[in-house]
Amino acid sequence: MTSVHQGYLNMELLRFITAGSVDDGKSTLIGRLLYDSKSIFADQMEAIELASFRKGEEHVNLALLTDGLRAEREQGITIDVAYRYFATPKRKFIIADTPGHIQYTRNMVTGASTANLAIVLVDARKGVVEQTKRHAYIASLLQIPHLVVCINKMDLVDFAEQTYQQVKHDFENFASKLAINDVHFVPICALEGDNVVNRSERMKWYGGSTLMHILENVHIGSDHNHIDARFPVQYVLRPMNTAHHDYRGYAGRVAGGIFRVGDKVAVLPSGFTTRVKGIHLGERELSEAFAPMSVALTLEDDIGISRGDMLVRVNNRPQTGQDIDLMVCWMDERPLQVGGRYVVRHTTSDVRCIILEVTYTMDINTLQRLEEGRSIGLNDIGRVRIRATGPLCFDSYRKNRATGSLIIIDEATNRTVGAGMIV
Amino acid sequence: MATYKLNHLQGLEAEAIHVMREVAAQFENPVLLFSGGKDSIVMTHLAMKAFYPASIPFPLLHIDTGHNFPETIVYRDRLVARTGAKLVIGHVQDSIDRGTAVEEKGYNASRNALQSVTLLESIAHGKYDAALGGGRRDEEKSRAKERFFSHRDEFGQWDPKNQRPELWDLYNGRKHQGEHFRVFPISNWTEMDVWQYILMEEIPMPSIYFTHRRLCFERSGALYSYSEFMNLRDSEKETLREMQVRFRTIGDMTCTGATVSNASTVVEIIEEIASSRVTERGSRQDDKRGEAAMEDRKKLGYF
Ligand SMILES: Nc1nc2c(ncn2[C@@H]2O[C@H](COP(=O)(O)OP(=O)(O)O)[C@@H](O)[C@H]2O)c(=O)[nH]1
Repeated sequence: MTSVHQGYLNMELLRFITAGSVDDGKSTLIGRLLYDSKSIFADQMEAIELASFRKGEEHVNLALLTDGLRAEREQGITIDVAYRYFATPKRKFIIADTPGHIQYTRNMVTGASTANLAIVLVDARKGVVEQTKRHAYIASLLQIPHLVVCINKMDLVDFAEQTYQQVKHDFENFASKLAINDVHFVPICALEGDNVVNRSERMKWYGGSTLMHILENVHIGSDHNHIDARFPVQYVLRPMNTAHHDYRGYAGRVAGGIFRVGDKVAVLPSGFTTRVKGIHLGERELSEAFAPMSVALTLEDDIGISRGDMLVRVNNRPQTGQDIDLMVCWMDERPLQVGGRYVVRHTTSDVRCIILEVTYTMDINTLQRLEEGRSIGLNDIGRVRIRATGPLCFDSYRKNRATGSLIIIDEATNRTVGAGMIV
Repeated sequence: MATYKLNHLQGLEAEAIHVMREVAAQFENPVLLFSGGKDSIVMTHLAMKAFYPASIPFPLLHIDTGHNFPETIVYRDRLVARTGAKLVIGHVQDSIDRGTAVEEKGYNASRNALQSVTLLESIAHGKYDAALGGGRRDEEKSRAKERFFSHRDEFGQWDPKNQRPELWDLYNGRKHQGEHFRVFPISNWTEMDVWQYILMEEIPMPSIYFTHRRLCFERSGALYSYSEFMNLRDSEKETLREMQVRFRTIGDMTCTGATVSNASTVVEIIEEIASSRVTERGSRQDDKRGEAAMEDRKKLGYF
């Protein structure tokens, strides 16, 4: 293979989410990223040229590129989460495009759950508004490692540096209360492309990076936990053929840390200890596996292990318990029932649980905790305490997004009704 | 110091393998839809990796329109022999004979749309509770919101307004009697990722993906392979000629367009895609019938 083709194999994957209020220019921005990174094909371009023309628009409307299902096209708004893809020579990008309205909080939470980075759009004329705060809060709640605040429509404020500084100042003031580590600010004009992919000639005062430069270069190597070794067993491989008669492999995805051949591991919840004998990915034998790899482990000793068990390093164990405190975002029309019974899916185990209490609910516009009238309905966020029928092995969400997250399922409807982040 | 990083293909692979293992763990009787196209070839490769050294714990289901490229069938049968996978075939002709599907008439007649009937019949007949498909979200607008685990009601229909939220890598495959799931492990892959992965993994591919000489004709601006299954208008007959082409996507012969190409290796295909100006579905007639065509077919149970 030539070096050019090696280049394809050196790309990283970055997942990001875009949040903004209606009309802040989110669709235009995504269209601009796709267009200026040359990710748009001629037939797609022709289709949106035609659609723009039919609507009597003067420019080709790049926002039409990201427009989803028919009903939404008819209503002229984006709902749900839509995924888009593009690549540059450095990275492949997955965009979770989610609506910004408060009634779509659950959609944003969904998109945020797997994101490395969040783009929060602010209309330069309006500055930091209630919605901006809500979006930043959700990004911090879901522990998205990187945040980029794009101050859009700079053309409508004469590309004034002062407007940019004001938004930056206001945002920083408020974000100091949130757990967000890495924040960037970029003044842009999505409509004409300034500072999106190409540097703006009209904002020479801005010395920072373009949005694309940040997307391509932000350090994502530490976004996964590589310290606390966790391996939830997903599926037991027992070939029982002549070539592999006694093989018993534990298939799963490393949820944290690094496992090496020879490592001493404990099996939870039973507590038995053994050593890692082999690590396999298909026919290949590996010497180590780290999050988020999907591999199969074999162990030195024959211990009864099944789906839902977790392998961990002997001297670094997760918490174990039945009573668990969570931040929850509710996703269903039927509100959370205190005293109600649900199923919880945590890593690869399903357990029944009962909701013990709602500790508080969040007013996600003002970020006030409400301790009165504590009910949690669709799109609400609050803190709850649950009791599981059996012990769970977990970490705090802050420590590990994979072993600190769970979903709540209503057994009657089978619907996923809540998303939980262990406190 | 070692850096603990996956490249984008390894990241996508880890995700797809995780999803396939979830299917094996959560469902009683899954099946992998195998069309012979590159996506289902990659899916089969991923399934082999996911369960090695055990064999793939579910059968492959091929919905056969009878209008296949012969190369597809040769490849399929070799793959089945090599992997020891079990193959189940659902024939569109059987649905037509039963009267549950009606053959289209006219010049643009295709059995493509009839496949959904046969698919649902095959799923019901095999009592499959999950069908793994190679659908990718980048293929078409309406797929952009498709879940990895996509719930289908007892009529096999998809309700885009009423999908379960999907968070982290926690997949909810719970269902009521008679319902099933479509599962798309390579949702997040693009055409480019698929070919780069084929390169990285050195997966053998059917010959028709590479350049070859073929008798083609033009129809509504696209090139099609001459075959006994298609009725040609006189004006189309005049365009018949031998050309140097390859296929970017492989489906039923009656609706799969050919691309003029000299690409004879996977690397050359990747270079061609990198400089390409049309999407792969741009060469498929079935999607051109209307902007919302795909969405309509999906609601009815299309792949
Ligand atoms: N003047 C100006 N208008 C913009 C800019 N970005 C977007 N718009 C316009 O703002 C409106 C809303 O944009 P759209 O992308 O649909 O917003 P969304 O609702 O956030 O997706 C459209 O009329 C856009 O043309 C910008 O940078 N400058």
